[in-house]
Amino acid sequence: MIIDWRELVRTSLPALALAALLGAIFWLQPRAMSYQGLNLLLNLSIPIVFATLAQMFVLTVGDLDLGIGGFVTFVACVTVTWLAEAPLVGVLILVAAIGLYAAVGALIELRNLPAIVVTLGMSFVWFGLAVIVLPSPGGRTPEWLIAAVRLRPPGIPLAILAAVGIGLVGHLLLMRTSFGVVLRGAGGNPRAITRAGWSMLQIRMTLYALAGLMGVFAGLTLAGITTSADANIALRYTLLSIAGAILGGSQFTGGRVSPIGAVLGALVMTLAASFLAFLRLNPDWQIGVQGAILILVLALRAVLDRLAGER
Amino acid sequence: MAAWLARTGVRDWLFAYVGAVTVWLVTVVIADGFGAMQTLTAGLGFAVFYVLVATGQMFVIATGPGNIDLSIPATVTLGAGVAMSVMAGSDAMIVPGFLAAIATGIAVGSFNYALIRALRIPPIIATLSSSFVVQSTAIWYGRGLSIKPPDALQDFTFARVLDVPVMTLVAVLFTMAMAVVLRRTVYGRSVLAIGQNPKAAHLAGVDVERTRWVTYTLSAALAGFTGALFAGFSGGVSLDMGAQFLLASIAVVVIGGTSVAGGRANLPGLWGAALFLFLLVTMLNAAGVGSGVRQLLTGVLIIAVITAAGGEQRGR
Repeated sequence: MIIDWRELVRTSLPALALAALLGAIFWLQPRAMSYQGLNLLLNLSIPIVFATLAQMFVLTVGDLDLGIGGFVTFVACVTVTWLAEAPLVGVLILVAAIGLYAAVGALIELRNLPAIVVTLGMSFVWFGLAVIVLPSPGGRTPEWLIAAVRLRPPGIPLAILAAVGIGLVGHLLLMRTSFGVVLRGAGGNPRAITRAGWSMLQIRMTLYALAGLMGVFAGLTLAGITTSADANIALRYTLLSIAGAILGGSQFTGGRVSPIGAVLGALVMTLAASFLAFLRLNPDWQIGVQGAILILVLALRAVLDRLAGER
Repeated sequence: MAAWLARTGVRDWLFAYVGAVTVWLVTVVIADGFGAMQTLTAGLGFAVFYVLVATGQMFVIATGPGNIDLSIPATVTLGAGVAMSVMAGSDAMIVPGFLAAIATGIAVGSFNYALIRALRIPPIIATLSSSFVVQSTAIWYGRGLSIKPPDALQDFTFARVLDVPVMTLVAVLFTMAMAVVLRRTVYGRSVLAIGQNPKAAHLAGVDVERTRWVTYTLSAALAGFTGALFAGFSGGVSLDMGAQFLLASIAVVVIGGTSVAGGRANLPGLWGAALFLFLLVTMLNAAGVGSGVRQLLTGVLIIAVITAAGGEQRGR
C-alpha cells in the first residue's frame, strides 16, 4: 500500500503542479476564476498541447523531434496562404507534409540514423519551406478556423474541453488498445516486438505520421488564434514540447510515455508563462519560470524515486 | 589507400573538407572568379565561432548517446552580455571581460552537471531545463545593454596575416591543443572510454563523474568565451545572438564526422564542417537564392550527409 501511495504521487505530479499553479493564480487574481478568465488564461494552450502530443509520439519510440517547431510554423504559414486561398491545394500540402513526416521516420529506421540529427535537419527544411510559402509576416487564416477556436461552449471553456478530449483520445489509443501496447513496446524492447512479427518500419512510420498529424492540428489552431502568421511563429515549440512531455512523465527509454501527463505538462508550461503577469514581475523571466517549474517537478520525482530506493 | 583512410580516421572527416572545397569552387565559378579569396577569408573568420562551440559540443557528444548540450545558445548570449558589461568598452578590461565570460560558462556547466547528477535525468533534459533559466537571465541581463565592444577587441577579430584572420590561427592552435588533450591525456582518454562503455570505464578506474563534470563545464565555458568573442566581432550584444548556435553546434559536429553514438571524436572535421556550412550559405547567396531555399537546402544537405555517413552507428 505504501508503494502504491508513492506511485500515486509520482504519476499525479503533473496534475499537482497544474493545481498548484492554478491555485496561485486564482489567489493572486480571483477574477481569473471565471469562464472568461480561464478562456484567456488557457486559450494559447491548445496548439501547445497538440505539439506536446506530437513530441510524445516520437518519444514513444525513444527518438527526439527537434523539428516540430519548424513543422508547426510551416503548417501555420500554409494555413494563412494556401488553405485560405485554395483550400483543396492547402489540404493536399498538409497531407503531403504528414507523409513526409512518416518518410522521415522510415529513413531513420531503414538507415539506422540518429533521429536527433535528422529531425534537426528537417527543422531547417520546415523553416525554409515556411519562408518560401510566406516570405513576409501576414496572410489571413480562413474564417471557419478563426470561428472554430473562438467557440464558446456553454459551461466549460473550449481550451479545457479540448485538453480533456485530446488527453482521453491519446490515452485510449496508446494505453488501452493492443496496438498502443505494440507502439510503446517498440520503444521498450524493439527486438521482442520484431520477434513477435511486427515491423519496426511500420511502427516508426505510424508514430511519426501521428506526430505529423498532431503537428498539423497544432499549426491549424495556432493560426486560428493568431489570425495571421510569420516564419518564426512557433520557434519555441520545439523546446516547449519536449519540456511539456518530460514534465508529464514521458521518458527517453522503455517506451514510457503518458498522453494525459503530456497534456497536463503542456498546460503547466502555458500557465507558467502567464503566471508572471499575475505576480507583476518582469516578463523577461517568463522562460526562466518555465525552466524552474520543470526542474522542480523533475527534482520531486527524483526525491520520490530515491525514497523508493531506500525502502 | 582506402585502408589507410579508415585506419587513421581521416575517412571520417575527409568528407567535410571535400564538401567545403566543392562549395567554394562552385561559388567562385558562379561569381566568375571574383572575390574567391575574400570568400575564403570571411569563411575562415566566421568558422572560428562555429568551431569553438562545436568543440565543447563534441566532447559532450563523445561521452555517449543521450549526451548533448542544449544550453549552448543561452550560454553564448549570457557570456556575451557579461563580457561586454565587464569590458565596458575599455581596452584594459578585455582580459577580465573574457575571464568573466568563461566564469559564467563554468557556472552554467556546473549547474548542468549538478542537474544531471542530482536529478538523474538524461543530459538532454537537464541542459534543456537549465537553458530556459539561463536564457531568461541573459534576456533580463542583456536588455538595453548597448555597450560597444572595446576597439582593440574589434580590431583583433578583423586582423589578418596574409589574408588569414589572426583569430583563425589562434583557434587552429587551440583545436590542435584540444586534439592532444583528447588523444594523450587521462581526461581525453576518459571521455572516449565513457562514450564507448561507461560501466567498463568505471571498472577500469576512470573517474566517470569527474570527467562528466569537466566535459559539461568545458562546453559551457567555451560557449561563454565564444559569446564574448562574437560580441566583439558583431559589434555588441543582441538578445537572440546565441540562437543560431544550437543547430550549428550539433550540425558541425555531425558533418565533421563525429558519431552521435559517442566514444569517438574528430577535431579536424570541425573546421571542414564549419567552413562547409558557411561557404554553403555564401554559395547560395551568390547564386541569388532566397533565405527560404537556403535553409531548405541546408537541411536537406545535413540529412544527406548523415545518411551517407551513418548506418552502422546506433544513437538517438
